[in-house]
Amino acid sequence: MEKLIALLIAAPLLGAAVLLVGGRRLDRVGHWIGTLLSTASFVFGLLLFADLLGRNAEHRTLTQHLWSWIPVEGFQADVTLRLDQLSMTFVLLITGVGSLIHLYSVGYMEHDERRRRFFGYLNLFLAAMLLLVLADNYLLLYVGWEGVGLASYLLIGFWQHKPSAATAAKKAFLVNRVGDMGLSIAIMLMFTTFGSFAFGPVFGHVGDASQGKLTAIGLMLLLAACGKSAQVPLQSWLGDAMEGPTPVSALIHAATMVTAGVYLIVRSAAVFNAAPDAQLAVTVVGAVTLLFGAIVGCAKDDIKKALAGSTMSQIGYMVLAAGLGPIGYVFAIMHLVTHGFFKAGLFLGAGSVMHGMNDEVDMRKYGGLRKYMPVTFVTFGLGYLAIIGFPGLSGFFSKDKIIEAAFAKGGTEGWILGGAALLGAAITAFYMTRVMLMTFFGEERWKNRPTRSPGAPSAEPAAEHRGEHAEPHPHESPKVMTIPMIVLAVGSVLGGGFFSIGDRFLHWLEPVTGHSEGHSPVSAGEVTAATMVCLVIGVAIAWAQYGRKPVPAVAPRGSLLTRAARRDLLQDDFNHVVLVRGGEHLTRSLVYLDHSLVDGVVNGTAAGFGGLSGRLRRFQNGFARSYAVSMFGGAALLVAATLLMRAV
Amino acid sequence: MSFPLLTATAALPAVGAVATAAVPAARRTAAKWLALLVSLGTLALAITVLVRFDPGGARYQLTESHSWISDFGVRYELGVDGIGVALIALTAVLIPFIVLAGWHDADPLETGSRRWRPTQGFFALILAVEAMVLISFEATDVFLFYIFFEAMLIPMYFLIGGFGDRAHAQGEQAASTQRSYAAVKFLLYNLVGGLIMLAAVIGLYVVAGNFSLQQIAEARANGSLHMATSTERWLFLGFFFAFAVKAPLWPLHTWLPNAMQESTAPVAVLITAVVDKVGTFAMLRFCLGLFPGASRWATPVILVLALISIVYGALLAVGQRDIKRLVAYASISHFGFIIMGIFAMTSQGQSGATLYMVNHGISTAALMLVAGFLISRRGSRLIADYGGVQKVAPVLAGTFLIGGLATLSLPGLAPFVSEFLVLVGTFTRYPVIGIIATFGIVLAALYTLVLYQRTMTGPVKPEVSAMPDLKVRELLVVGPLIVLLIFLGVYPKPVTNIVNPAVRHTMSDVQKKDPKPEVEAAK
Repeated sequence: MEKLIALLIAAPLLGAAVLLVGGRRLDRVGHWIGTLLSTASFVFGLLLFADLLGRNAEHRTLTQHLWSWIPVEGFQADVTLRLDQLSMTFVLLITGVGSLIHLYSVGYMEHDERRRRFFGYLNLFLAAMLLLVLADNYLLLYVGWEGVGLASYLLIGFWQHKPSAATAAKKAFLVNRVGDMGLSIAIMLMFTTFGSFAFGPVFGHVGDASQGKLTAIGLMLLLAACGKSAQVPLQSWLGDAMEGPTPVSALIHAATMVTAGVYLIVRSAAVFNAAPDAQLAVTVVGAVTLLFGAIVGCAKDDIKKALAGSTMSQIGYMVLAAGLGPIGYVFAIMHLVTHGFFKAGLFLGAGSVMHGMNDEVDMRKYGGLRKYMPVTFVTFGLGYLAIIGFPGLSGFFSKDKIIEAAFAKGGTEGWILGGAALLGAAITAFYMTRVMLMTFFGEERWKNRPTRSPGAPSAEPAAEHRGEHAEPHPHESPKVMTIPMIVLAVGSVLGGGFFSIGDRFLHWLEPVTGHSEGHSPVSAGEVTAATMVCLVIGVAIAWAQYGRKPVPAVAPRGSLLTRAARRDLLQDDFNHVVLVRGGEHLTRSLVYLDHSLVDGVVNGTAAGFGGLSGRLRRFQNGFARSYAVSMFGGAALLVAATLLMRAV
Repeated sequence: MSFPLLTATAALPAVGAVATAAVPAARRTAAKWLALLVSLGTLALAITVLVRFDPGGARYQLTESHSWISDFGVRYELGVDGIGVALIALTAVLIPFIVLAGWHDADPLETGSRRWRPTQGFFALILAVEAMVLISFEATDVFLFYIFFEAMLIPMYFLIGGFGDRAHAQGEQAASTQRSYAAVKFLLYNLVGGLIMLAAVIGLYVVAGNFSLQQIAEARANGSLHMATSTERWLFLGFFFAFAVKAPLWPLHTWLPNAMQESTAPVAVLITAVVDKVGTFAMLRFCLGLFPGASRWATPVILVLALISIVYGALLAVGQRDIKRLVAYASISHFGFIIMGIFAMTSQGQSGATLYMVNHGISTAALMLVAGFLISRRGSRLIADYGGVQKVAPVLAGTFLIGGLATLSLPGLAPFVSEFLVLVGTFTRYPVIGIIATFGIVLAALYTLVLYQRTMTGPVKPEVSAMPDLKVRELLVVGPLIVLLIFLGVYPKPVTNIVNPAVRHTMSDVQKKDPKPEVEAAK
């Protein structure tokens, strides 16, 4: 059975190779090849899952050694894969949601002339993401880690002829590279501490390492997680990443890749458990981001950017839970999976709306769409109920557990973290209700509004070719798109309950991550009640603002906070002034200095010895032939000097 | 006596150079094919060296030794260790691609040059450089090495000055002036370095009485040859200075951007991917081998200079407007990594540095040659003159991106392996330097992706709208290089197997042991 693990990765990797190298011959069937190989990987995943279920809980770790990768004196990196309950969970999420999104993309990308390449990139992403979760050591994980970064870069910039898409892609890669630096340093620290960076030796010797080293490793891993999972302070790329086609946003920037940071932290549980300071930093990052993302999500009129803010915020919940240690690991992953269902579903719904609305993304130009797109409305609506934590749906179970766990951390920290998580729940209810109301309810603001506002270019350039200067005619999307939405909606409704009955998910994951209950100052019932109150408050405020009153077609100026939130709480402005401008000045002055100072000084010094600059000037005037003379002169000098030395 | 394989490997391109130069003026195409065949024959010989070399065997293998200038104790001594074998293989692999990429670079019809048989000259010079580089990697006699280390400047000078890039904004006249400036600057920098080395070579002879690397190193190790500390340091500095100019190390780097900018893309690859490697190779073989004490003494300063090279080169690459200058500064940054790996004095650092030399050669060749194809289509080296190329020439853009990703050391491609080894090897001994060097990976992403974005993405500029995609010959150049980059990224073992034993010897030369991991050290 171990032999199957490599096939999980090999199938989509083969797809990527065939589709990207195959050329135009494959244009007509490429998308089906991609979908088929993605599904094949999912089937292998199911087979392995069945195998694991058939084993005793203690014997559910399979490893497959493929080859020795970098063997150097004292340094050993292998290509070894490891499948356990944690990676199995990810494999099913990645290949399952991935296959659904492949299918959806068949319809969504139908009119794009580069559809084959799109599927090639999607397959490449799957292969890299699977490598990330299956790697048995941190260096191999790093390959998957940057591999998904590459796929993300290619897909965000898929419509490269749009400068905004190309810029967003570059930004995502660069911000991620800052995070990757963290992963790099973490691996180097592991090597100097443990002499290895494979999971087994590192986790096995945590007890022998010094606290300082472990804290440093933990903080560096956190930096890596911040980059990949768009956590403060490296969150700025995610909003711009919405320039990519919507299925990409659903798969990579909502369901899977952005959750890799959570995987990294949970996988490194042994290190974090022994480094409380690093854990505290993780919870702080999580709590800050869950509020940050939620606030940004409230202010965005672009449906995808509102959802992106929400993604950031929900991952903040997961990071918070992961930082809580054994109290939270299982729930971080459970929320990750349920979030994968409902957020992917919400994004696909958003894509379906855009598909029917000439690729318009501004929610102020939607309204009353429920009549025109019933399937989209219902599936999106179920995803909405799931994310705000409506009782009985997925988000209710998973988010509630995280809030409980935050309180269970105990002490002042517990109160602060729990409070932040509760506040986040209220804001989530607000901004998601806002999205729902602006899109599917109220006045049909798209009527008699044939042109788009020039200030807000759409993420979907296909619109430019479709003559969108006509009034939109909202319509339901084809079956190939609605079926994946329906499947994800079912997951959003039932997933949480299924996992929670009899603590199934907990028992499944516990052998890998460990679990403890903590000592909560408040009872589970009280937390649930408080969460419900927050939910109702959030929905009510949104209803008062966007349900009862008509939505203005042009955004009002708004308060200072709203305006800041529209600009992603001014993070980009900060980056621009400090990093971009500062960097430009630095490189420009260096270019100048290199020419005038370094070159000048070195030439000048040499001139002092041999008249170099004078000769340079003379040669420049074209006395190239005298070079030969000096060359032979030099050679003669050489021989003479040698003879002289001999004589002495 | 067995077949002198090493001599043959270097002699074939030398003979080929003469033969190519002698092809009649009208038979230009024949000259090209001859050069290509000779370079492929050399590759075959290099592969034979690779196969015959036994990683588990003696330190220097396939040795040849003949008396040459007996008065001075100069011997014709050849021999290779794993590091030499890896670099011989790199050189022999790259030259056929350089020849193929430069197929039309010296055609009189295209260049309008009235020079005497330019095509024959161009390819003959390339083969001559190959011969000299190969013998530099093989020589175990210091004097023999020195002669070819210096002599390769002559063909390089003519390649840079005589066959420069035709793309120049101010016309042919300005291009010609710029070219001779670059060529002379290249020559004088390296000549000054060489002269200082010459003094050190003579000094070494005075102290040791012979030029044999093995004999001197052995005598020093068993104590029969005593060298005063100050003498050793002076001699070390003399050697190191020449190699640091060649490598090039900050602040002696300024000749490289000029030389790479003005020469044609294949010659630029020849400079940075092949010729410059002699400098870093010689640091490992001669500086560490002959002067271990002085090498340890100079380590802190050299590491700092290497670190400056890494960061400074990358920052300057970000600020460039000229595609080829950008690649040149990126190379300066990469040479910083190589030198840092050598002087970190750890097994990982030195294995990584050797691997880095190989991988940097391949990745720079891929990026630079595609850049050359791009530049020849548009007739401009300025980044601002491009835009939207991926729309009209997707294969060209795709291969350019892969070359760029290799340059930024994307995991999965070969340069990642070497860069990480160098970083980790440095980090174990010098954590602060290791961490600062890690910033290089962010800067590398910045200059590469900015270059790609400005040239390949965005709206299609009218000047590039009719740009043809890669032709078959060009694909034959880029395709195999990309395959190599992926193969060595996923399975570098064939190279590390050869390099590891050699690094073990170098480490014992300098009497250094790898730092132990904290967990083991505590026990």
